[in-house]
Amino acid sequence: MELPIYLDNNATTPLDPRVLEAMLPYFTSKFGNAASRNHAFGWVAEEGVDYAREQVAKLIGCTEKEIIFTSGATEGDNLAIKGVFEMYADKGNHIITATTEHKAVLDTCKHLEKQGARVTYLKVKEDGLIDLAELEAAMTPETILVSIMYGNNEIGVVQPIKEISAIAHKHGALFFSDATQAVGKIPVDVNTDGIDLMAFTAHKMYGPKGVGALYVRRKNPRVKVTSQMDGGGHERGMRSGTLNVPGIVGLGKACELCRLEMESEAQRLSALRDKLEAALTTMEESYVNGNTQHRLPHVANISFKYVEGEGLMMAMKDLAVSSGSACTSASLEPSYVLKSLGLSDDLAHSSIRFGLGRFTTEAEVDYAIENTKNAVNHLRNLSPLWEMFKEGIDLSKIEWAEH
Amino acid sequence: MAYSEKVMEHYTNPRNVGTLNKDNKNVGTGLVGAPECGDVMRLQIEVNDDNVITDAKFKTFGCGSAIASSSLATEWLKGKSIDEALAIDNMDIVEELALPPVKIHCSVLAEDAIKSAINDYRVKNGMEALAMPKSHH
Repeated sequence: MELPIYLDNNATTPLDPRVLEAMLPYFTSKFGNAASRNHAFGWVAEEGVDYAREQVAKLIGCTEKEIIFTSGATEGDNLAIKGVFEMYADKGNHIITATTEHKAVLDTCKHLEKQGARVTYLKVKEDGLIDLAELEAAMTPETILVSIMYGNNEIGVVQPIKEISAIAHKHGALFFSDATQAVGKIPVDVNTDGIDLMAFTAHKMYGPKGVGALYVRRKNPRVKVTSQMDGGGHERGMRSGTLNVPGIVGLGKACELCRLEMESEAQRLSALRDKLEAALTTMEESYVNGNTQHRLPHVANISFKYVEGEGLMMAMKDLAVSSGSACTSASLEPSYVLKSLGLSDDLAHSSIRFGLGRFTTEAEVDYAIENTKNAVNHLRNLSPLWEMFKEGIDLSKIEWAEH
Repeated sequence: MAYSEKVMEHYTNPRNVGTLNKDNKNVGTGLVGAPECGDVMRLQIEVNDDNVITDAKFKTFGCGSAIASSSLATEWLKGKSIDEALAIDNMDIVEELALPPVKIHCSVLAEDAIKSAINDYRVKNGMEALAMPKSHH
Protein backbone atom coordinates (compact mmCIF):
# COMPACT_ATOMS: atom_id res chain seq x y z
CA MET A 1 0.00 0.00 0.00
CA GLU A 2 1.39 3.36 -1.02
CA LEU A 3 1.02 6.49 1.09
CA PRO A 4 -0.58 8.99 1.03
CA ILE A 5 -3.95 7.43 0.20
CA TYR A 6 -6.18 9.34 -2.19
CA LEU A 7 -9.72 9.65 -0.80
CA ASP A 8 -10.79 12.84 -2.52
CA ASN A 9 -12.44 11.37 -5.62
CA ASN A 10 -15.19 14.00 -5.57
CA ALA A 11 -12.59 16.64 -6.27
CA THR A 12 -11.08 14.72 -9.15
CA THR A 13 -10.25 11.15 -10.10
CA PRO A 14 -7.05 9.66 -11.47
CA LEU A 15 -7.05 8.88 -15.17
CA ASP A 16 -7.75 5.21 -15.85
CA PRO A 17 -4.77 3.73 -17.75
CA ARG A 18 -7.22 2.30 -20.31
CA VAL A 19 -8.47 5.83 -20.97
CA LEU A 20 -4.94 7.11 -21.40
CA GLU A 21 -4.20 4.34 -23.87
CA ALA A 22 -7.24 5.30 -25.96
CA MET A 23 -6.19 8.96 -25.96
CA LEU A 24 -2.50 8.68 -26.81
CA PRO A 25 -2.70 8.24 -30.61
CA TYR A 26 -4.78 11.42 -30.83
CA PHE A 27 -1.88 13.49 -29.49
CA THR A 28 0.58 12.22 -32.09
CA SER A 29 -0.31 10.30 -35.26
CA LYS A 30 -4.04 11.18 -35.20
CA PHE A 31 -3.53 14.85 -34.37
CA GLY A 32 -5.85 16.27 -37.02
CA ASN A 33 -8.49 18.95 -36.60
CA ALA A 34 -11.87 17.21 -36.51
CA ALA A 35 -13.29 20.08 -38.56
CA SER A 36 -10.83 19.57 -41.44
CA ARG A 37 -13.05 18.09 -44.14
CA ASN A 38 -10.54 17.79 -46.94
CA HIS A 39 -7.97 15.27 -45.82
CA ALA A 40 -7.48 12.04 -43.96
CA PHE A 41 -6.05 13.71 -40.85
CA GLY A 42 -9.32 15.51 -40.32
CA TRP A 43 -11.43 12.44 -41.10
CA VAL A 44 -9.51 10.28 -38.64
CA ALA A 45 -9.92 12.85 -35.88
CA GLU A 46 -13.60 13.21 -36.70
CA GLU A 47 -14.05 9.46 -36.52
CA GLY A 48 -12.55 9.49 -33.04
CA VAL A 49 -14.93 12.23 -31.98
CA ASP A 50 -17.95 10.49 -33.51
CA TYR A 51 -17.14 7.26 -31.74
CA ALA A 52 -16.72 9.10 -28.44
CA ARG A 53 -20.06 10.81 -28.97
CA GLU A 54 -21.68 7.39 -29.25
CA GLN A 55 -19.95 6.16 -26.10
CA VAL A 56 -21.10 9.21 -24.15
CA ALA A 57 -24.66 9.03 -25.51
CA LYS A 58 -24.95 5.36 -24.62
CA LEU A 59 -24.07 6.01 -20.98
CA ILE A 60 -26.90 8.49 -20.46
CA GLY A 61 -29.44 7.02 -22.89
CA CYS A 62 -29.58 9.78 -25.51
CA THR A 63 -28.65 10.13 -29.18
CA GLU A 64 -25.22 11.29 -30.41
CA LYS A 65 -26.67 14.49 -31.79
CA GLU A 66 -27.71 15.56 -28.32
CA ILE A 67 -24.14 15.72 -26.99
CA ILE A 68 -22.25 19.04 -27.02
CA PHE A 69 -18.62 18.72 -26.02
CA THR A 70 -17.40 21.36 -23.58
CA SER A 71 -14.34 22.08 -21.47
CA GLY A 72 -16.03 20.67 -18.38
CA ALA A 73 -19.02 20.94 -16.10
CA THR A 74 -18.51 24.61 -15.25
CA GLU A 75 -18.79 25.49 -18.91
CA GLY A 76 -21.74 23.13 -19.28
CA ASP A 77 -23.54 24.80 -16.35
CA ASN A 78 -22.89 28.26 -17.80
CA LEU A 79 -23.93 27.29 -21.32
CA ALA A 80 -27.13 25.57 -20.18
CA ILE A 81 -28.37 28.23 -17.77
CA LYS A 82 -27.28 31.34 -19.65
CA GLY A 83 -28.18 29.74 -22.96
CA VAL A 84 -31.72 28.88 -21.84
CA PHE A 85 -32.20 32.27 -20.19
CA GLU A 86 -31.32 34.06 -23.42
CA MET A 87 -33.09 31.65 -25.78
CA TYR A 88 -36.36 31.61 -23.84
CA ALA A 89 -36.42 35.29 -22.80
CA ASP A 90 -39.79 35.71 -24.56
CA LYS A 91 -41.35 33.11 -22.32
CA GLY A 92 -40.16 34.35 -18.95
CA ASN A 93 -37.27 35.25 -16.72
CA HIS A 94 -37.72 33.02 -13.69
CA ILE A 95 -35.20 30.33 -12.74
CA ILE A 96 -35.47 27.95 -9.78
CA THR A 97 -32.42 26.36 -8.22
CA ALA A 98 -31.30 25.28 -4.74
CA THR A 99 -28.90 26.64 -2.13
CA THR A 100 -26.73 23.51 -2.17
CA GLU A 101 -25.88 23.70 -5.87
CA HIS A 102 -22.30 23.98 -7.06
CA LYS A 103 -20.89 27.51 -7.35
CA ALA A 104 -20.84 27.13 -11.14
CA VAL A 105 -24.65 27.08 -10.99
CA LEU A 106 -25.15 29.56 -8.16
CA ASP A 107 -22.74 32.16 -9.52
CA THR A 108 -24.20 31.81 -13.01
CA CYS A 109 -27.65 32.48 -11.53
CA LYS A 110 -26.30 35.49 -9.63
CA HIS A 111 -24.80 36.79 -12.85
CA LEU A 112 -28.17 36.46 -14.59
CA GLU A 113 -29.94 38.27 -11.75
CA LYS A 114 -27.94 41.34 -12.75
CA GLN A 115 -29.31 40.88 -16.27
CA GLY A 116 -32.93 40.78 -15.21
CA ALA A 117 -33.45 37.18 -14.16
CA ARG A 118 -35.53 36.40 -11.11
CA VAL A 119 -34.04 33.44 -9.27
CA THR A 120 -35.58 31.36 -6.50
CA TYR A 121 -33.04 29.53 -4.34
CA LEU A 122 -34.84 26.61 -2.72
CA LYS A 123 -33.70 25.64 0.76
CA VAL A 124 -33.03 21.98 1.40
CA LYS A 125 -34.29 19.79 4.20
CA GLU A 126 -32.03 18.59 7.00
CA ASP A 127 -31.04 15.58 4.92
CA GLY A 128 -29.97 17.73 1.96
CA LEU A 129 -32.93 16.91 -0.30
CA ILE A 130 -35.21 19.61 -1.68
CA ASP A 131 -38.83 19.77 -0.64
CA LEU A 132 -40.96 18.94 -3.69
CA ALA A 133 -43.91 20.90 -2.31
CA GLU A 134 -41.71 23.99 -2.10
CA LEU A 135 -40.61 23.49 -5.68
CA GLU A 136 -44.21 23.14 -6.79
CA ALA A 137 -45.13 26.31 -4.90
CA ALA A 138 -42.26 28.25 -6.45
CA MET A 139 -43.30 27.49 -10.05
CA THR A 140 -44.85 30.41 -11.93
CA PRO A 141 -45.95 30.96 -15.55
CA GLU A 142 -42.66 32.90 -16.00
CA THR A 143 -40.53 29.97 -14.83
CA ILE A 144 -38.38 28.88 -17.76
CA LEU A 145 -35.84 26.68 -16.03
CA VAL A 146 -35.47 24.45 -13.00
CA SER A 147 -31.82 23.72 -12.24
CA ILE A 148 -31.21 21.03 -9.62
CA MET A 149 -28.06 18.95 -9.33
CA TYR A 150 -28.22 15.17 -9.55
CA GLY A 151 -25.82 14.21 -6.73
CA ASN A 152 -24.24 16.65 -4.33
CA ASN A 153 -20.48 17.05 -4.39
CA GLU A 154 -20.02 17.53 -0.65
CA ILE A 155 -22.48 15.12 0.92
CA GLY A 156 -23.39 12.86 -1.99
CA VAL A 157 -27.18 13.04 -1.60
CA VAL A 158 -29.13 12.23 -4.78
CA GLN A 159 -32.13 14.47 -5.45
CA PRO A 160 -35.52 13.01 -6.55
CA ILE A 161 -34.78 13.83 -10.18
CA LYS A 162 -37.85 12.17 -11.78
CA GLU A 163 -40.23 13.98 -9.46
CA ILE A 164 -38.45 17.30 -9.98
CA SER A 165 -38.54 17.04 -13.76
CA ALA A 166 -42.22 16.10 -13.66
CA ILE A 167 -43.03 19.24 -11.68
CA ALA A 168 -40.96 21.43 -14.01
CA HIS A 169 -42.64 19.99 -17.09
CA LYS A 170 -46.12 20.25 -15.63
CA HIS A 171 -45.58 23.99 -15.44
CA GLY A 172 -43.98 24.26 -18.86
CA ALA A 173 -40.42 24.80 -17.69
CA LEU A 174 -37.26 23.04 -18.80
CA PHE A 175 -35.25 20.93 -16.41
CA PHE A 176 -31.45 21.16 -16.23
CA SER A 177 -29.30 19.01 -13.99
CA ASP A 178 -25.63 19.39 -13.09
CA ALA A 179 -24.87 15.68 -12.94
CA THR A 180 -21.11 15.99 -12.51
CA GLN A 181 -20.96 13.67 -9.50
CA ALA A 182 -23.61 11.21 -10.64
CA VAL A 183 -22.88 10.35 -14.27
CA GLY A 184 -20.78 7.22 -14.43
CA LYS A 185 -21.43 6.42 -10.76
CA ILE A 186 -25.13 5.58 -10.74
CA PRO A 187 -27.59 4.86 -13.59
CA VAL A 188 -28.57 8.15 -15.24
CA ASP A 189 -31.00 8.03 -18.16
CA VAL A 190 -32.14 11.36 -19.54
CA ASN A 191 -35.40 9.91 -20.83
CA THR A 192 -36.59 8.01 -17.79
CA ASP A 193 -35.34 10.90 -15.62
CA GLY A 194 -37.04 13.55 -17.75
CA ILE A 195 -33.93 15.67 -18.13
CA ASP A 196 -33.80 18.37 -20.81
CA LEU A 197 -30.24 19.54 -20.30
CA MET A 198 -27.45 17.95 -18.29
CA ALA A 199 -23.82 18.88 -17.66
CA PHE A 200 -21.02 16.53 -16.65
CA THR A 201 -17.28 16.21 -16.91
CA ALA A 202 -14.63 13.58 -17.67
CA HIS A 203 -12.27 14.09 -14.74
CA LYS A 204 -14.79 12.94 -12.14
CA MET A 205 -15.08 9.56 -13.87
CA TYR A 206 -11.48 8.59 -14.48
CA GLY A 207 -11.15 10.64 -17.67
CA PRO A 208 -8.94 13.64 -18.38
CA LYS A 209 -9.39 17.18 -17.06
CA GLY A 210 -10.52 19.96 -19.38
CA VAL A 211 -13.28 18.10 -21.22
CA GLY A 212 -16.94 17.50 -20.50
CA ALA A 213 -20.30 17.34 -22.20
CA LEU A 214 -23.63 19.07 -22.16
CA TYR A 215 -26.67 17.04 -23.10
CA VAL A 216 -29.27 19.12 -24.94
CA ARG A 217 -32.58 17.40 -25.71
CA ARG A 218 -33.61 17.37 -29.38
CA LYS A 219 -37.06 15.80 -29.15
CA ASN A 220 -40.07 16.31 -26.86
CA PRO A 221 -39.27 19.14 -26.64
CA ARG A 222 -36.50 20.31 -28.92
CA VAL A 223 -34.33 22.44 -26.66
CA LYS A 224 -32.05 25.21 -27.85
CA VAL A 225 -29.46 27.30 -26.11
CA THR A 226 -27.74 30.44 -27.35
CA SER A 227 -24.00 29.96 -27.70
CA GLN A 228 -21.82 31.68 -25.14
CA MET A 229 -18.72 31.80 -27.32
CA ASP A 230 -18.64 33.13 -30.84
CA GLY A 231 -16.56 31.43 -33.47
CA GLY A 232 -16.58 28.66 -36.03
CA GLY A 233 -20.00 27.27 -35.20
CA HIS A 234 -18.80 23.89 -33.93
CA GLU A 235 -21.12 21.56 -32.04
CA ARG A 236 -24.21 22.55 -34.04
CA GLY A 237 -23.50 26.20 -33.38
CA MET A 238 -23.86 25.88 -29.64
CA ARG A 239 -20.19 25.70 -28.72
CA SER A 240 -17.55 27.12 -31.01
CA GLY A 241 -13.91 26.18 -30.66
CA THR A 242 -11.67 23.50 -32.14
CA LEU A 243 -12.62 20.20 -30.61
CA ASN A 244 -10.28 18.80 -27.96
CA VAL A 245 -9.99 15.51 -29.80
CA PRO A 246 -7.76 13.56 -27.36
CA GLY A 247 -9.86 14.81 -24.45
CA ILE A 248 -13.11 13.88 -26.16
CA VAL A 249 -11.77 10.42 -27.01
CA GLY A 250 -10.81 10.09 -23.32
CA LEU A 251 -14.26 11.18 -22.17
CA GLY A 252 -15.81 8.61 -24.50
CA LYS A 253 -13.63 5.79 -23.22
CA ALA A 254 -14.25 6.86 -19.61
CA CYS A 255 -18.01 6.75 -20.21
CA GLU A 256 -17.79 3.31 -21.77
CA LEU A 257 -15.81 1.90 -18.83
CA CYS A 258 -18.23 3.42 -16.34
CA ARG A 259 -21.20 1.97 -18.20
CA LEU A 260 -19.70 -1.53 -18.28
CA GLU A 261 -18.42 -1.55 -14.70
CA MET A 262 -20.96 0.62 -12.90
CA GLU A 263 -23.09 -2.08 -11.36
CA SER A 264 -20.32 -4.07 -9.69
CA GLU A 265 -18.32 -0.96 -8.90
CA ALA A 266 -21.22 0.78 -7.15
CA GLN A 267 -21.74 -2.31 -5.01
CA ARG A 268 -18.07 -2.56 -4.12
CA LEU A 269 -17.80 1.14 -3.28
CA SER A 270 -20.94 1.33 -1.19
CA ALA A 271 -19.76 -1.68 0.84
CA LEU A 272 -16.42 0.05 1.48
CA ARG A 273 -18.15 3.34 2.26
CA ASP A 274 -20.51 1.62 4.70
CA LYS A 275 -17.57 -0.06 6.40
CA LEU A 276 -15.77 3.27 6.78
CA GLU A 277 -18.86 5.03 8.07
CA ALA A 278 -19.82 2.27 10.50
CA ALA A 279 -16.32 2.19 11.98
CA LEU A 280 -15.97 5.96 12.35
CA THR A 281 -19.42 6.56 13.79
CA THR A 282 -18.64 4.16 16.64
CA MET A 283 -16.65 7.11 17.97
CA GLU A 284 -18.56 9.35 20.36
CA GLU A 285 -20.10 12.51 18.91
CA SER A 286 -19.55 11.70 15.26
CA TYR A 287 -22.34 12.21 12.78
CA VAL A 288 -22.99 11.37 9.13
CA ASN A 289 -24.15 14.43 7.17
CA GLY A 290 -26.94 14.14 4.60
CA ASN A 291 -29.52 11.55 3.67
CA THR A 292 -28.13 8.03 3.97
CA GLN A 293 -30.71 6.33 1.71
CA HIS A 294 -30.68 8.47 -1.41
CA ARG A 295 -27.05 9.02 -2.13
CA LEU A 296 -24.03 8.26 -4.27
CA PRO A 297 -22.22 5.03 -3.40
CA HIS A 298 -18.76 6.48 -2.82
CA VAL A 299 -19.10 9.52 -0.57
CA ALA A 300 -19.14 9.78 3.22
CA ASN A 301 -19.31 13.15 4.95
CA ILE A 302 -18.80 12.89 8.70
CA SER A 303 -18.59 15.54 11.42
CA PHE A 304 -16.37 14.82 14.40
CA LYS A 305 -17.67 17.18 17.03
CA TYR A 306 -15.21 19.29 19.07
CA VAL A 307 -12.36 19.02 16.59
CA GLU A 308 -11.73 21.38 13.72
CA GLY A 309 -11.55 19.98 10.20
CA GLU A 310 -8.33 21.50 8.99
CA GLY A 311 -6.49 20.62 12.17
CA LEU A 312 -7.89 17.13 11.77
CA MET A 313 -6.72 16.79 8.18
CA MET A 314 -3.24 17.77 9.32
CA ALA A 315 -3.24 14.82 11.69
CA MET A 316 -4.59 12.56 8.94
CA LYS A 317 -1.45 13.29 7.00
CA ASP A 318 -1.41 10.02 5.09
CA LEU A 319 -4.94 10.60 3.80
CA ALA A 320 -5.99 13.03 1.07
CA VAL A 321 -9.50 14.09 2.07
CA SER A 322 -11.33 17.41 2.24
CA SER A 323 -13.18 19.36 4.90
CA GLY A 324 -16.08 21.77 5.18
CA SER A 325 -13.94 23.76 7.56
CA ALA A 326 -13.57 27.47 7.03
CA CYS A 327 -9.87 27.25 7.57
CA THR A 328 -9.46 25.58 4.20
CA SER A 329 -10.59 28.80 2.58
CA ALA A 330 -9.63 32.42 3.10
CA SER A 331 -13.19 33.41 3.96
CA LEU A 332 -13.46 31.97 7.50
CA GLU A 333 -16.94 30.81 6.45
CA PRO A 334 -17.56 27.08 6.71
CA SER A 335 -19.19 25.07 3.92
CA TYR A 336 -22.39 26.69 2.65
CA VAL A 337 -23.70 23.25 1.72
CA LEU A 338 -23.43 21.93 5.27
CA LYS A 339 -24.89 25.16 6.63
CA SER A 340 -27.82 24.73 4.24
CA LEU A 341 -28.62 21.46 6.00
CA GLY A 342 -29.04 23.47 9.17
CA LEU A 343 -25.76 22.23 10.62
CA SER A 344 -24.37 24.57 13.26
CA ASP A 345 -21.15 26.30 12.28
CA ASP A 346 -19.09 24.28 14.70
CA LEU A 347 -20.30 20.98 13.22
CA ALA A 348 -19.64 22.29 9.72
CA HIS A 349 -16.11 23.18 10.80
CA SER A 350 -15.70 19.63 12.08
CA SER A 351 -16.60 17.80 8.89
CA ILE A 352 -14.47 15.55 6.72
CA ARG A 353 -15.46 14.30 3.27
CA PHE A 354 -14.17 10.88 2.25
CA GLY A 355 -14.49 10.27 -1.50
CA LEU A 356 -13.78 6.68 -2.51
CA GLY A 357 -12.99 5.68 -6.05
CA ARG A 358 -12.23 2.97 -8.59
CA PHE A 359 -8.71 2.48 -7.28
CA THR A 360 -9.55 2.52 -3.57
CA THR A 361 -8.80 -0.82 -1.90
CA GLU A 362 -10.19 -2.35 1.26
CA ALA A 363 -6.72 -2.21 2.84
CA GLU A 364 -6.69 1.53 2.20
CA VAL A 365 -10.09 1.95 3.83
CA ASP A 366 -8.91 -0.04 6.86
CA TYR A 367 -5.86 2.19 7.10
CA ALA A 368 -8.04 5.29 6.76
CA ILE A 369 -10.26 4.14 9.61
CA GLU A 370 -7.32 3.71 12.01
CA ASN A 371 -5.63 6.92 10.89
CA THR A 372 -8.81 8.96 11.29
CA LYS A 373 -9.64 7.52 14.71
CA ASN A 374 -6.14 8.30 15.97
CA ALA A 375 -6.28 11.81 14.57
CA VAL A 376 -9.67 12.53 16.16
CA ASN A 377 -8.46 11.23 19.52
CA HIS A 378 -5.23 13.24 19.29
CA LEU A 379 -7.12 16.45 18.59
CA ARG A 380 -9.81 15.85 21.16
CA ASN A 381 -7.06 15.57 23.77
CA LEU A 382 -6.01 19.06 22.68
CA SER A 383 -9.54 20.47 22.49
CA PRO A 384 -10.90 22.68 25.27
CA LEU A 385 -14.40 22.06 23.89
CA TRP A 386 -14.04 18.31 24.25
CA GLU A 387 -12.88 18.79 27.86
CA MET A 388 -15.89 21.02 28.59
CA PHE A 389 -18.23 18.53 26.93
CA LYS A 390 -16.79 15.75 29.06
CA GLU A 391 -17.31 17.87 32.18
CA GLY A 392 -20.94 18.30 31.22
CA ILE A 393 -20.68 22.01 30.43
CA ASP A 394 -23.30 23.25 27.96
CA LEU A 395 -21.23 25.00 25.29
CA SER A 396 -24.23 26.89 23.97
CA LYS A 397 -24.53 28.67 27.33
CA ILE A 398 -21.03 30.13 27.17
CA GLU A 399 -20.69 33.70 25.99
CA TRP A 400 -18.05 33.34 23.30
CA ALA A 401 -15.99 36.38 22.42
CA GLU A 402 -17.07 37.72 19.05
CA HIS A 403 -14.39 37.70 16.45
CA MET B 1 -0.81 25.44 1.22
CA ALA B 2 2.05 23.74 2.95
CA TYR B 3 2.74 24.35 6.61
CA SER B 4 6.09 25.60 7.83
CA GLU B 5 8.33 23.12 9.58
CA LYS B 6 7.88 24.95 12.86
CA VAL B 7 4.09 24.76 12.66
CA MET B 8 4.33 21.06 11.89
CA GLU B 9 6.72 20.54 14.78
CA HIS B 10 4.49 22.27 17.34
CA TYR B 11 1.42 20.58 15.91
CA THR B 12 2.96 17.12 16.10
CA ASN B 13 4.54 17.63 19.51
CA PRO B 14 2.50 20.32 21.19
CA ARG B 15 4.10 21.74 24.35
CA ASN B 16 2.24 22.22 27.61
CA VAL B 17 -1.09 20.68 26.71
CA GLY B 18 -3.30 20.48 29.74
CA THR B 19 -5.35 22.13 32.42
CA LEU B 20 -4.50 24.12 35.55
CA ASN B 21 -7.02 24.48 38.35
CA LYS B 22 -8.89 27.58 37.31
CA ASP B 23 -10.19 28.08 40.86
CA ASN B 24 -6.68 28.66 42.24
CA LYS B 25 -6.02 32.30 43.00
CA ASN B 26 -2.61 32.22 41.32
CA VAL B 27 -4.00 30.80 38.07
CA GLY B 28 -5.25 33.05 35.28
CA THR B 29 -7.43 31.57 32.51
CA GLY B 30 -8.08 33.04 29.08
CA LEU B 31 -10.75 31.51 26.85
CA VAL B 32 -10.96 33.24 23.48
CA GLY B 33 -12.49 32.59 20.08
CA ALA B 34 -15.76 30.85 19.32
CA PRO B 35 -16.71 27.39 18.05
CA GLU B 36 -18.69 28.92 15.16
CA CYS B 37 -15.54 30.64 13.94
CA GLY B 38 -13.60 27.39 13.97
CA ASP B 39 -11.12 28.31 16.68
CA VAL B 40 -11.22 28.40 20.47
CA MET B 41 -8.11 28.75 22.63
CA ARG B 42 -7.87 28.23 26.34
CA LEU B 43 -4.59 29.44 27.79
CA GLN B 44 -3.75 29.29 31.49
CA ILE B 45 -0.89 30.75 33.50
CA GLU B 46 0.31 30.10 37.02
CA VAL B 47 1.96 33.11 38.63
CA ASN B 48 4.20 33.23 41.73
CA ASP B 49 4.50 35.99 44.34
CA ASP B 50 7.18 37.76 42.28
CA ASN B 51 4.79 38.14 39.34
CA VAL B 52 6.67 35.52 37.36
CA ILE B 53 4.80 32.95 35.26
CA THR B 54 5.91 29.57 36.57
CA ASP B 55 3.66 27.39 34.46
CA ALA B 56 1.49 27.69 31.38
CA LYS B 57 -0.96 25.26 29.77
CA PHE B 58 -3.21 25.32 26.74
CA LYS B 59 -5.93 23.50 24.88
CA THR B 60 -7.02 24.62 21.43
CA PHE B 61 -9.83 23.75 19.05
CA GLY B 62 -8.68 24.93 15.66
CA CYS B 63 -6.44 24.44 12.67
CA GLY B 64 -2.78 23.49 12.85
CA SER B 65 -1.63 27.10 12.92
CA ALA B 66 -3.93 27.88 15.86
CA ILE B 67 -2.60 24.87 17.77
CA ALA B 68 1.00 25.79 16.99
CA SER B 69 0.43 29.45 17.94
CA SER B 70 -0.92 28.54 21.36
CA SER B 71 1.74 25.88 21.93
CA LEU B 72 4.45 28.43 21.15
CA ALA B 73 2.78 31.02 23.39
CA THR B 74 2.90 28.70 26.42
CA GLU B 75 6.54 27.96 25.70
CA TRP B 76 7.37 31.66 25.64
CA LEU B 77 5.30 32.49 28.72
CA LYS B 78 7.07 30.20 31.15
CA GLY B 79 9.62 32.13 33.19
CA LYS B 80 8.47 35.53 31.96
CA SER B 81 7.19 38.27 34.24
CA ILE B 82 3.66 39.49 33.68
CA ASP B 83 5.00 42.68 32.12
CA GLU B 84 7.22 40.74 29.75
CA ALA B 85 4.30 38.52 28.84
CA LEU B 86 2.17 41.54 28.01
CA ALA B 87 4.83 42.66 25.55
CA ILE B 88 4.37 39.54 23.37
CA ASP B 89 2.97 40.72 20.07
CA ASN B 90 1.08 38.56 17.62
CA MET B 91 3.60 39.47 14.92
CA ASP B 92 6.35 37.79 16.99
CA ILE B 93 4.35 34.57 16.67
CA VAL B 94 3.77 35.12 12.94
CA GLU B 95 7.50 35.52 12.44
CA GLU B 96 8.57 32.59 14.57
CA LEU B 97 6.10 30.18 12.92
CA ALA B 98 6.31 31.73 9.42
CA LEU B 99 2.51 31.97 9.27
CA PRO B 100 1.03 32.96 5.91
CA PRO B 101 -1.30 36.01 5.78
CA VAL B 102 -4.44 33.85 5.86
CA LYS B 103 -3.33 32.43 9.23
CA ILE B 104 -2.45 35.71 10.98
CA HIS B 105 -5.75 35.56 12.86
CA CYS B 106 -4.41 32.49 14.70
CA SER B 107 -1.56 34.58 16.15
CA VAL B 108 -3.98 37.37 17.05
CA LEU B 109 -6.07 34.87 18.92
CA ALA B 110 -2.99 33.66 20.82
CA GLU B 111 -2.12 37.23 21.83
CA ASP B 112 -5.72 37.75 22.94
CA ALA B 113 -5.53 34.53 24.97
CA ILE B 114 -2.35 35.69 26.77
CA LYS B 115 -3.89 39.06 27.64
CA SER B 116 -7.15 37.50 28.66
CA ALA B 117 -5.37 35.05 31.01
CA ILE B 118 -3.36 37.90 32.56
CA ASN B 119 -6.54 39.91 33.08
CA ASP B 120 -8.24 36.99 34.76
CA TYR B 121 -5.26 36.69 37.10
CA ARG B 122 -5.27 40.45 37.78
CA VAL B 123 -8.97 40.62 38.58
CA LYS B 124 -8.71 37.58 40.86
CA ASN B 125 -5.96 39.32 42.78
CA GLY B 126 -7.68 42.66 43.21
CA MET B 127 -6.13 44.53 40.28
CA GLU B 128 -8.15 46.18 37.58
CA ALA B 129 -8.40 44.56 34.16
CA LEU B 130 -6.29 45.99 31.36
CA ALA B 131 -7.97 47.13 28.18
CA MET B 132 -8.02 44.25 25.70
CA PRO B 133 -6.58 44.89 22.28
CA LYS B 134 -9.27 44.98 19.66
CA SER B 135 -9.36 41.66 17.95
CA HIS B 136 -8.20 41.92 14.35
CA HIS B 137 -10.84 39.53 13.05
